[in-house]
Amino acid sequence: MSDKNWEPKIVAFVCNWCTYTGADLAGTSRLKYPTNVKLIRVMCSGGIDPVFILKAFERGADGILVSGCHPNDCHYNAGNFHARRRWTFFDELLEYLGVEKGRLQFSWVSASEGKKFVDVVSKVVNDVKEMGPFKSYDELNSEFMTKFPDMPEIDKNMIIKEEEAV
Amino acid sequence: MEELKKLAKELLENKTVAAVIGYQQVDDKRTKPIIVTTPEDASKLVFNEYCLNNLAVYLTKARIKNLAKQNGTTLKLGIVAKPCDIHAIVALIQESQLKREDVYIIGMNCHGVVKDYGMDFSGETLATKCTPCDSHKPLYSDSNLGEVKDTPKVSDEVLEKIQAVEKMSHKERFEYFKKEFDKCIKCYACRAACPLCYCQRCITDKTVPRWVESSPHSRGNFSWNVVRAFHLSGRCIGCGECERACPMDIPLSLLNRRMTETAKQAFAYVSGRSLDTPTLVGSYDVKDSDELFM
Repeated sequence: MSDKNWEPKIVAFVCNWCTYTGADLAGTSRLKYPTNVKLIRVMCSGGIDPVFILKAFERGADGILVSGCHPNDCHYNAGNFHARRRWTFFDELLEYLGVEKGRLQFSWVSASEGKKFVDVVSKVVNDVKEMGPFKSYDELNSEFMTKFPDMPEIDKNMIIKEEEAV
Repeated sequence: MEELKKLAKELLENKTVAAVIGYQQVDDKRTKPIIVTTPEDASKLVFNEYCLNNLAVYLTKARIKNLAKQNGTTLKLGIVAKPCDIHAIVALIQESQLKREDVYIIGMNCHGVVKDYGMDFSGETLATKCTPCDSHKPLYSDSNLGEVKDTPKVSDEVLEKIQAVEKMSHKERFEYFKKEFDKCIKCYACRAACPLCYCQRCITDKTVPRWVESSPHSRGNFSWNVVRAFHLSGRCIGCGECERACPMDIPLSLLNRRMTETAKQAFAYVSGRSLDTPTLVGSYDVKDSDELFM
């Protein structure tokens, strides 16, 4: 960690039926969890395409959480089983390419597990804090910015800025 | 060789097949794909160590599928295939891109091919995909031709490279692959040569939203190569055509082979080996490992 005040930017892709509801429960139960995390609600963990993850890294995420219903609890019966196979490959692939294991984490959080959601988010934030900013991908980003200085404003705005992160 | 020509001629004369997709000799140490539609042309077919192309890639092309439609009936398509090409055909059938009865497989016994045209066949010039190969006879075929010879024994170059990469730290690995991917010019030759990249519309061609940046810079190159490798995870049959087609010599087999090893270790699955099992990523098992998930 270079800067003491640095806060990681975490993007969480959560399924509508379990983890998002679980996060809602954490809120209504007044549980506290780190504000670094930005939740993106999708209908099912099986519907999270790995390009979402790559895009989030491209837009400046330091860590990513993917979370869905526990096995056998999927609203669509088998979405999370399909997801589990695919993520096994994607996780291995990213690690092989040099993305540290903790940058991308996975969990099952049910609608009743508000406490578990808090624990999971805290763990991801702590892990990423320990690893520091995602320098490798930052390089790709800054190279892109210098190569394409006249990139449309809208694209520039989509990169999460430091001050917005916290 | 004569038996291949004779068989192809018979098949075309009997109207069993509409066309035979095979190899034609260009010079001593080079062949090229040929689509034979008349019995007279059957004499052009050859098979030897210089038959590098994986012809299964043609089976999904609409232009070639249309050849089979004659006078309101659909004939079969004949294909001269090495055992590894047959794995690709099996994978295509598993993924419902092809029907078994629509294709007549002329399975050739194979003892390996050369790395590139113009080389003499020996242990040193054996293609890297052939070193770990265990299928020298076709798994599925309608006729099985060719003699069985011994494959030269050489060490598994790709696996050694993968092990070397895995010994690096994460940062070194990222740098290594960034450097390799930087060479990419986004010609998509890897996609065109791959028998399993048959999507009518590839995710990289989608522009709203633009998921994979198509201009050739590090970031877009990284995305494309990750997406390509991921979409072939657990599906790649290891024919190595992507790497052979790559004009910039990006070691794509390092990615494909690594994911094949994952499929083997995590799911005990090898792609394109059985017509009776569902595909790995198209199916699931409730007993799959849950280790990855908190």
